[in-house]
Amino acid sequence: MTAIATPAEANLAEPRPKVLARVTSNRMFEPIAVVAVLLIGLFVIPGFFDAFWIANFTQMAVFSIVAASAGLLYGRVGLVSLGQVASYGIGCWVTMRLAFATSWPFPVLLIIGGVVAAVIGVLIGLPALRVSGLYLALVTLMLAAGMEIVLGATKFPNGGTGFNGVVKTLSDIRPTRRPSWAITDVAYYRFIVVGAFAMFMLASFVLSRKPGRAWASIRQSEAAALAAGIDVTRYKLWAFALAAFMAGVAGGLYAGTVPKGMSIDAFNRQSAIFLIAVVIMGGIYSLWGGLLGAFFATCLLKFLTQNVVGHQFWTRFSLSLFGFGLLANLIQNTRAAEKKGIEA
Amino acid sequence: MIDVEDLSVHFGGVVSLDQMTIQFPAGTCGLIGPNGAGKTTFFNVLSGFVRPRSGRVDAMGQDLLALPSFRRARWGLRRTFQTEQAIEKLTVFENVATVYEHSDTRGKAGRTAAVDEALDFVGLTDVAQQTVRTLGAKERRFIEVARAVVGQPRLILLDEPAAGLPDEETALLGRIIRSIPDRVGATVILVDHDMSLVQACCDWTAVLDFGRLLASGPTQEVLRDTKVMKAYLGTEEVA
Repeated sequence: MTAIATPAEANLAEPRPKVLARVTSNRMFEPIAVVAVLLIGLFVIPGFFDAFWIANFTQMAVFSIVAASAGLLYGRVGLVSLGQVASYGIGCWVTMRLAFATSWPFPVLLIIGGVVAAVIGVLIGLPALRVSGLYLALVTLMLAAGMEIVLGATKFPNGGTGFNGVVKTLSDIRPTRRPSWAITDVAYYRFIVVGAFAMFMLASFVLSRKPGRAWASIRQSEAAALAAGIDVTRYKLWAFALAAFMAGVAGGLYAGTVPKGMSIDAFNRQSAIFLIAVVIMGGIYSLWGGLLGAFFATCLLKFLTQNVVGHQFWTRFSLSLFGFGLLANLIQNTRAAEKKGIEA
Repeated sequence: MIDVEDLSVHFGGVVSLDQMTIQFPAGTCGLIGPNGAGKTTFFNVLSGFVRPRSGRVDAMGQDLLALPSFRRARWGLRRTFQTEQAIEKLTVFENVATVYEHSDTRGKAGRTAAVDEALDFVGLTDVAQQTVRTLGAKERRFIEVARAVVGQPRLILLDEPAAGLPDEETALLGRIIRSIPDRVGATVILVDHDMSLVQACCDWTAVLDFGRLLASGPTQEVLRDTKVMKAYLGTEEVA
């Protein structure tokens, strides 16, 4: 380590362009931006876009929660989990089955779906915590694959009555019920925006507290975190629980968006990889990254496939691009993690 | 008093600590030795990162090795690392508060006061609300010391705390380190290659060589010891 700052180091400390820096560093910037985005989501988008785009923005809002949950694990705690789609699937499944089997209010179903996903997330997190980096990614990818098999074997995308209602013919499949006060597509879209807002607020609240500081510490160095008295295992499980809860609630919200016959495509391995790639593209540290990533993955992709070049091209192109970004990031992070090991 | 008895650490065929037996008195103690002597390994054993093959560490009546590593902070063990580990994304205040909230038993009530006191001790009050990322090497090193003294520490391990600092800042850090035992009542063990820092801070010093205790006692005497000169520097004059 050099004792005196070299000119190169001095350059690094150079501030960002002044105007932008002054705006974004203002203490009120973030709250105002949050309120602005919420208002745009609730009122501007439904006012300006037709049903086709409302459906896309609905997907974006749902996906932003899942992306934020994966970003939280990766960006704030340093855990690369490809299992978030599994939590998403579990939340969707639980909420959907309870919606058919009970007449409980929809928000209650969402919370139950989230809690079940969180409990399963922690149970899976326990053994997975013995590995890290690329290996954790592989273990959680296996989890996502397992989830796909379970969903397929149990004929998941099914709208029969009761807890395990299975219908024989496709035409008998019913959509998951929506809350009575959010029956129309636009109303349900607004409901999802509010749900996403609540999940982002929850994450932001926890991040600004003791767990958030503990996670920042763990992400930087587990050895230093242990030395500071942080129960690293417990706080990692806490992170898994919170992220799984968010993804579970997103799954529940997703259940109400599908008019007929849900596909398990949303919860398969490709989606797992696609999700983490999207999250990295959006930016992993800030929760805004979740929103941006979701925008790339839904609205932007849809816009390109609709207006620019053929569907296949953009889907494949984006997958390749996202995959490349993911690999580059993982390799870089694994190297950084190796460098950071405890010096003996 | 830190009583270390027969401590051995092997990494495969390499013997890093070889039946190390030593008693650190209260106050600021130096721990020196050539590269590879086992100084950091000793700290890693105390922190719980390395499991010794044999041996015992009795720290003020507590069998330190019996505690899980993260619980040792609550007992009062603190340490800094050779490569500084101030948390980049957090503010200076949050950095210190993180250690307090995971190691102090007094709970949230005393947090702000304790953190302010620690920052005042190292002279970082002015930058308390700044993110560590924006700060330089000196501030980061001093943050580490603030993290070590916040709350109720009993044993503080400083692993080359002045690495990378220019002389005048090292001297300032030395004065701060020297005043830790009086200010917070903890025993300090300082590992450093900078002999002037060790001389300035420590009345008592131990020398490790190949994982064994070579000499220990008042710093001036130890540094004049012919065995130490030979093993440590291979020259006749030390400092």
